[in-house]
Amino acid sequence: MGKELMKGSEVVGASAILAGCNYFFGYPITPQNEIPEFMARELPLNNGVFVQAESETAAINMVYGAASSGRRVMTSSSSPGIALKQEGISYCAGAQLPCVIVSVSRAGPGLGGILTSQADYNQATRGGGNGDYNVPVYAPADLQELSELVQHAFYVADKYRNPVMVLIDGTLAQMMEPVELIKITYPEIDHMQWSVTGRKDRKNNHIISSIYLVADELEQHNHWLSKKYEQIVNLEEKAEIYQCEDAEIVVVAYGTSSRIARTSIDNLREKGVRVGMIRPISLWPFPFSAFENLPCCKYCLSVELSMGQMVSDVILASKFKYPVTHFGRVGGNMFTNSELESEILTRMSEVATND
Amino acid sequence: MTDFLFQKTNGLTDKQTHYCPGCTHGIIHRLVAEVLEDLNVVEETIAIASVGCSVLSYEYFNTDSIQASHGRAPAVATGIKRVFPNQIVFTYQGDGDLASIGLAEIIAAAGRGENITVIFVNNAIYGMTGGQMAPTSLVGQKTSTSPLGRNPLLAGMPLKMCEIMSQIPSVEYVSRVSTHSPLAIRQAKVAIKKAFENQRANRGFSFVEILSSCNIGWGLPPVEALKWIESRMISYYPLGVYKDGKDLE
Ligand SMILES: Cc1ncc(C[n+]2csc(CCOP(=O)(O)OP(=O)(O)O)c2C)c(N)n1
Repeated sequence: MGKELMKGSEVVGASAILAGCNYFFGYPITPQNEIPEFMARELPLNNGVFVQAESETAAINMVYGAASSGRRVMTSSSSPGIALKQEGISYCAGAQLPCVIVSVSRAGPGLGGILTSQADYNQATRGGGNGDYNVPVYAPADLQELSELVQHAFYVADKYRNPVMVLIDGTLAQMMEPVELIKITYPEIDHMQWSVTGRKDRKNNHIISSIYLVADELEQHNHWLSKKYEQIVNLEEKAEIYQCEDAEIVVVAYGTSSRIARTSIDNLREKGVRVGMIRPISLWPFPFSAFENLPCCKYCLSVELSMGQMVSDVILASKFKYPVTHFGRVGGNMFTNSELESEILTRMSEVATND
Repeated sequence: MTDFLFQKTNGLTDKQTHYCPGCTHGIIHRLVAEVLEDLNVVEETIAIASVGCSVLSYEYFNTDSIQASHGRAPAVATGIKRVFPNQIVFTYQGDGDLASIGLAEIIAAAGRGENITVIFVNNAIYGMTGGQMAPTSLVGQKTSTSPLGRNPLLAGMPLKMCEIMSQIPSVEYVSRVSTHSPLAIRQAKVAIKKAFENQRANRGFSFVEILSSCNIGWGLPPVEALKWIESRMISYYPLGVYKDGKDLE
């Protein structure tokens, strides 16, 4: 096929269709409108279905209904809209329905602003729905990786019968990059054992539900779900480790922030500064194992476009062996390379004086 | 050969229902299930259970089912119906579910003219949570959250869903029926049947409101509760067909 210059939102849509997603339900919100617009244009061409829902609440419930068929289903939204979807995501997790939610985060809280932001880290990784549940979250840093992770998200959703989120921000959704759309082949997963289709000649009715009124039955269900989450934690961590072998200071950054950080690391490396980066690709499960081999690390800098939501995960990963602090801009602002480099150099000199 | 005067429909499972004695949810279940059997669509039906006393209706309908979150049954129905346009999809919702928390979803699904059937059980109260005021509770009706009776100056007048739904252009069929007498129940079945036939013929969104008793919630003996439907509810919620055929330009 070769590379094509594409916009992030279009990559989301095209990759979902490539993964066999024929059903999309969404509601307009900036900066992700190009995703539903793309789906409205493209899905009917392949006998697919696009519905503009009356709200994000309705959209995720349409996803819940459509996903009950066992087919691949997606919705997308941005921060306040993802907030509205949380109840539905909890229901999908409880009823064990595979589906993909694309979150394009913008600045908050409240209506906030429409510019880029990573202030939805907690919303994505901790969720706001009720109950003991988890949602795998993938955070690509460029559009090629976005294409791969959207397809991967459908596979992981099917494999564990659980909702999966792809978290990007306004920047990745709106930017253009050359992308080669390559269909990734995954093992086939059959949903005939549980999917709702109308009973036909089956003996038993298939029922999709998250209600368990008997305590022991719900407890058993909770243990079953937890077993799946444990498996996800064991098998599905993803991270890139960049220049960390001798790094004294390790930047932890994902998505858009990691792109800026990479340039800064390259700039500082040229000056002989021993700095590296861990780039979480799965935010839940957080890639704790990536932190296991940092022999020279004396300091960790969590670089994100939020007030430091990822810091607590990085502190856990550090096992308190080195200090962890936050650096970033918020409100829709981005830090520059020189701002980040001077922060790194300041932290470096602190580390040196402490030695 | 034995001639059967009455037989349980195969549209229902053998599960014993959890409904309070005197409640008419069970009758409405049977009517819906009989219609599914009459139309020979039990095996191709997907029921959407809502949140309310009928939350476990998926255990009673002998069909594939999806249990939806509170108020969102029409959105869930939209999702699965769009995947399987040839299957029969219906929602079964109470008045709190449909006329309060789920107003946006019911109006929007009607607005899109989704080819689904909606069974709307109006018992003028929140049954499952213990008898709170519903959007359909009558003026003066005492409930646990309107202990002095519904005051229209504070809570407004009860919502008339059939009247509202019949204003929506893409809606095909709107009818209000009741369960207070054997005759009313037979008439209710006619409306329910029509609502499912419409879906099978791809005619579009069909809505049946069924006045139902909640003797426990209303604090009345079962027979008195049925009389209350007849004497109090029907005058505010007149029975009849409100719409038959879309308004298309
Ligand atoms: C989001 C949410 N809010 C509130 C509830 C609690 N709740 C359960 S049933 C119900 C009312 C149902 O009343 P109605 O729809 O009239 O049905 P009925 O029980 O009378 O048949 C409520 C408020 C809930 N389950 N979910």
